[in-house]
Parts: sequence; C-alpha cells; structure tokens
Amino acid sequence: MSTAIESEPTFVDKFPDEARVVRAAFMSSFFALLLGAIFGIIQTLHRTDVARIIPSTDYYTVLTAHGVFMVISFTIFFLVGLFTWALTRSLDRPLLNIKITWTWYGLMAAGMTLTGISILAGFVDSIDMSADVLYTFYAPLQAHPLFYAGLTVFIVGTWIAGADWFRTFLAWRREHPDERIPLQTFMVLTTMTMWYIASSAVAASVLLFLLPWSLGFIDQVNPTLTRTLFWFFGHPVVYFWLMPAYMLWYTVLPKIAGGRLFSDPLARVVFVLFVLLSTPVGIHHQYLDPGIAEGFKFISMTNTMFLLLPSLLTAFTVVASVEYGARKNGGTGLLGWLTNLPWRKPEFTGMMLAGLMFAAGGFSGMVNAGMNINYLIHNTLWVPGHFHLTVGTAVALTMMAGTYWIWPQISNKPIFSSQIGLFQVVLWFIGMALMSNAMHAQGLLGVPRRTAEPEYSGFDYPTMFGGFEELNIQIAIGGTLLFVSTVLFLGNLVLTMGNPTVSGLAEPLPSPVSGAEDAPQVLDNLRLWVGIALTLVVLAYALPIAAIINRGGLLGPGVGTYPVWAAPLFDALTNAATPLLGAITDASGALVEVIR
Amino acid sequence: MHIHAYEKLWLALSIVLILALIGTVTYGAVGPGVAMVADSQSTVDPGALDEDDRFSEPRVEQVGENEYEAYVVAYQFGFEPTPIVVPANSTVTLHVTSRDVIHGFEVAGTSANAMAVPGEVSEITVETDEPTEYGIVCNEYCGAGHHVMEGKLNVVSQSEFENRGGDSE
Repeated sequence: MSTAIESEPTFVDKFPDEARVVRAAFMSSFFALLLGAIFGIIQTLHRTDVARIIPSTDYYTVLTAHGVFMVISFTIFFLVGLFTWALTRSLDRPLLNIKITWTWYGLMAAGMTLTGISILAGFVDSIDMSADVLYTFYAPLQAHPLFYAGLTVFIVGTWIAGADWFRTFLAWRREHPDERIPLQTFMVLTTMTMWYIASSAVAASVLLFLLPWSLGFIDQVNPTLTRTLFWFFGHPVVYFWLMPAYMLWYTVLPKIAGGRLFSDPLARVVFVLFVLLSTPVGIHHQYLDPGIAEGFKFISMTNTMFLLLPSLLTAFTVVASVEYGARKNGGTGLLGWLTNLPWRKPEFTGMMLAGLMFAAGGFSGMVNAGMNINYLIHNTLWVPGHFHLTVGTAVALTMMAGTYWIWPQISNKPIFSSQIGLFQVVLWFIGMALMSNAMHAQGLLGVPRRTAEPEYSGFDYPTMFGGFEELNIQIAIGGTLLFVSTVLFLGNLVLTMGNPTVSGLAEPLPSPVSGAEDAPQVLDNLRLWVGIALTLVVLAYALPIAAIINRGGLLGPGVGTYPVWAAPLFDALTNAATPLLGAITDASGALVEVIR
Repeated sequence: MHIHAYEKLWLALSIVLILALIGTVTYGAVGPGVAMVADSQSTVDPGALDEDDRFSEPRVEQVGENEYEAYVVAYQFGFEPTPIVVPANSTVTLHVTSRDVIHGFEVAGTSANAMAVPGEVSEITVETDEPTEYGIVCNEYCGAGHHVMEGKLNVVSQSEFENRGGDSE
C-alpha cells in the first residue's frame, strides 16, 4: 500500500489526453440522454393520454428519436469513454496515437449527428426528410438515406475505437510478454470481439441492401432477410450496452463497498461466455416470424437460456464481493452486514438498485425467451417493460451511478452534491418500479407496444392487476419521475463541472481476492474464443439465412417500398381511415382512390 | 482455478434452472403440442394477392367437422376480413399475410399472436370456446396510421354462424 495517499495521482493527472477523450465521450453520451429523456416524457404522456401535445402521426418520430438516442447514442458513447478509461488505466500506458482516438470519436459524433438530423427533420413538414422507422428500421418501411449513412459512419467509428484499443494492448503485450491481461483490458477486448462479430451483420444489411435501396439503386429488399440480419446484431447489442455496467459492477463496485472483487477468474469466464453465446440467439426475437423453421427457433431458444448462466454467475460474484467489503468493515450476521455498506453514496446505492432491477429484468427475460409463453407477450407493452429494467435501469442507472465515482477521476473535480445524487438514483428506482411494473401488466392485457394511441374503438381490454386506465396513470407518474431524475443527474453534473479542481481525489482499484494468477491461461486465449464464437454463429445462422434467401430471394418476393418520409399522404389517409377501411381493400395500394 | 463451495452450488443450481426452462419449452412442444409459427406455408407474392388461391378472397371456410380455416390479409391500416367470424367450440387455423409492410396480428389478451410479413404466411391454430368478441390489434409499427389499425374476432354460436352462411363477408 502506498504511504503517500495524498500524492496519489488521479487518472487525469497521469493521462490528461485520454481523460479529455473520456470526458468528450461522456458529454456526447449525456447530451443524447437529455434528448432521449425529453422524447421519453413526451412519449409517455402521449401514450397514456395524459397530455397529447403532438399529433399522433408525429409520435413515431418521437419514438424513433427516443430509441436511437438512448440505446445507440447514450449507451455506446458512454461505453467508448469508459473503455478508454479502463484500458488505459489497467494497462497503465497511454493510447498509441491520440489522433486516431480523436478520429474515431469524431466519426461517431458525425455519424450520430447525421442520423439525428434525419430523424428530427421528421418534425418539420417543409423538409422532405424523415426516418420514422424506429430503432429497428424494419424494411419495407424506408428511412431517408441519411439515416442509414449516419449509422454506418457511427459504427465504423466504433470499429476504429476497437482497433485503437487492440493496438494499444498489443504494444503493451510487447512490453510485458509474460504478464496476464489485466482484467479491465480483458473485458474491453472480449466485449469488442463480440461487437465486431455482431455488428458485421447490421453493416451488411445496411450497406448491401438498405442504403442502396433508399438511394434507389435496387427496387426492393427481402424483409425477412434484413430483419434477421438486424436481430443477428440486435441481441448481442444488448450485451454491448450491458458490458460497461458489468465492468463497473466487477471492478468498481467492490471498491466502493470497501472490499475487493471476489474472483478474477470467474469474471473472465463470464466475459468469455458472452463472446460465445450472445450472437447465436437473435432468432429468439423472431419466434413469431413466418418463414423460419421451428428447429432454428429451438436452437436459438436453447442458446438464449444458456446465456442466463453468465448473468447468474455475475449475481453471485457481485453480491459476494460487496458482502466481503461489508464484513471487512465490521459487518456480521446473516443479513446484518447489509448495514455496513455505504448506502449514502449515490455511486453505491445506484449500482445496487440497478443490480436489483436487473434481477427482475432477468426474470421477465426468461418469459420472453420461453418460446411458447412468448406468444402471450410478444410485441406487447410487456417487452418495453422488460428492457426498461435491463438497458433502462441495469445499464442506464449503473452508468449514472458510475459517473458519480468516475467523473472526479477524469476531471479532478469533486461531485457537486452527493445528496442530490442519492436522491436522483433512488428516484430513478421508484419511477422505474412504477412504470415498468405497469408496462408488464398492460402487456399481459394485450396492450401493444410502439403505438401512439393504445386505446381502440372496437373493444376494451380485460381488467386484471388494475384496469388499463389505472395502469396508464402508473406509467405516466413513473415516466415523469424518471424525467425528473435525469434532469437532476444532468444538473448535478453541470454544477460539478463548475467546481474548482482539487487534488487528492484518487481512488485506486484494489486487486481481487482470487487474482488473475488463479485463472487458467486458456481464458486469455482470445483466438480460441473467437474461433468457437464464429463456429456457433455459423451453426445458428448459416441454414436459416440460406433458407430465407431460398424462400424469398436475395431481394425479396416482390415487396414494395414504403418510404415514411412522405408523411402528408399518410396523414390524409389516417384522417380518412377509420370509416373507409373496409373500402380500401380492393384498391391494392392506390391511395388516391381511398380519398375518393 | 479455485471456486468457492457456495459458488459451485450456485453454478449447479443455475444450470438446473436453465435445463428446466428448456425442458418446459420442450414439454410444451411435444406434450400439449404447442406449435410455433414456422415455415409450413409456401411464400406468396404480396403484390399479387388477388391471384393467390389463399388470399384472393380473405375469408373463413369450413374444412372439416368443427374445423375451420381463416385467411387474413393485413394492410396499412387494417385487417381483412373484419370482423373475422368463427363458430364457438371449434378449431380454427388462421393464415395471416401482409399486402405491404410488416404488421402484427394479435388477438388482444390471448396468445394468438403472429407477425404478418409481406411474402410470407403465418399459420396459427386456435381453439375457440364460448361466444365472445375479441379485439385484434396490429402490434408492429407499420407507419403513421399504425394506431388506428384494428380488427375484430367474433366467436359466435354454431347456429348463428350457420345462419350467416358460413362465410364472414
């Protein structure tokens, strides 16, 4: 242990250039969080019919913006910031070339700006551009080309970021040929390995099909194929969001709790399992899709269930590490040690509450993964209820809580107010408990997700767990608390930036109880894991994709093009719609005839 | 590698849970015979549904004693036929496709749920019991009018169904 704690340098003292990149990435992340939160509150109040300040046709622009800004921009910008910190810190060496680092940051920022413009232009009727295709952009709904182009540039930025980290790691390896890969670096490298495999599919979908199609080079696409390629990427991406939270739980939370990580080897096992299993499962989002054989769905289901294993292991290790810290600080008894934990620190309480909600999200996830009971909840509000527990709390709340701990390390500025921070994380937990629980319940009533007006003229929902209206009120209150919590978080951070810099904030991370020397060497053999992961992906996807192309053709079975950036036509149709719906049926797509 | 005894126990229980979950799905498939939407139906040209035997005339037809087939087309922004009228206490196989974009077909509050994908046909079989009226919602975003897209599934008594001539339109 160092005898001169006061002179211990922080991250920003040692690596000022990297700290600047981390701060820039976090600022981009939090800007996206602000936009996402604004669209979130508009959407919540609209859907629940508390306040409809926009026309319902614009709801889908709001929904696209909320989804893309939250799960692409907020989460991934935070990830690249955190990983830059973690890799530099754990290798204890600067990145190879900071210009490359700024290049990938610039690409990501530029790409997201382009995509953001294409989405937000949907609010302005005079601009002939929009991208109301939601986060999943299922063809044949078509966005403006700028939407796809921006996403491509953003993803290329993340690829260069990964290359930047791998090259820095290889340089470190040459300097330290016999050392184990430091745990945080191991987490960065395995997560990026998974990301390269996963994002290759969405890149193929966008570059081969969707972008050329939106530019008019090809007439049509195969909707099942592009949808399958999306979910090839769309499930592992949820682990891409989650791994930064896992990194914080494994390496930072034990320190805050006053202890040390329980087991380094098992942390490595968990990350390896995610490399292996997170991709060959995407078809579980397509259990209800026609044109995909039941056997392929069954394989995907089995893999999905085994994906529970790394998260169940994490639950054990994280709780054990926290308990270790509590007992070291005098905690006793079966549960009495819980009182010897730093509950007043927002970084601790936030992460613990996030972990607790992740457990609940895990259970609703088991229902989603259950191939047969999935029929009851598929595409109902249950599903957003589920992922607001996982990405919306396990990830988002851990990121906010982690910020309270890490921001002083990368800026030498103490957090403005821990009390506001503590209030904010608890408020998030309460808001999400209300909103998510009511969303799950509405899902069981059959209330669909992704709709501006979930009330229908022809029928009423059955009543269980409280009626539809009552659950709407819970959702609206919960959503409002979440919005307030976000504003408090961002306000606290802005005030923190106004604090003067001080010294003595360094909080070095302790080594695990069971260290890397206990981990079998094979765990660090990334080539082996990549090989197995690719084999599993081929086994899970080669036949389904071949079958989809065989059935529908590479460019689709005569499916049309439905640009959602020609909004006025749809507005006219919607206004005329309800009474005339029966008459449309023979018109085979000729919208003009409908209005007559 | 050293693994704590409690952690070994936890690991074992986790694997039991996972195998049990896989077991429930397997049992559902081979025991009660819960069938998934799959690739049982041949593809269809979404631009020429008028010429397709199955979908040129969306309808409900009797194919056996207490067995019925329904052919449903989803489009921006509705379902055809609407309402879908089927008799009580019967077995109904629904075939659902889309004329334009991807839609959802969900009988609200039940597990009768499928994607309607242009070019493909979803097949689900349901058992009806007493006469009831169900709402059908599109549960996949399909464009600016998505929220007005709804249908009805009316389960009527055998005699009422026969008085209608057996067809829903």
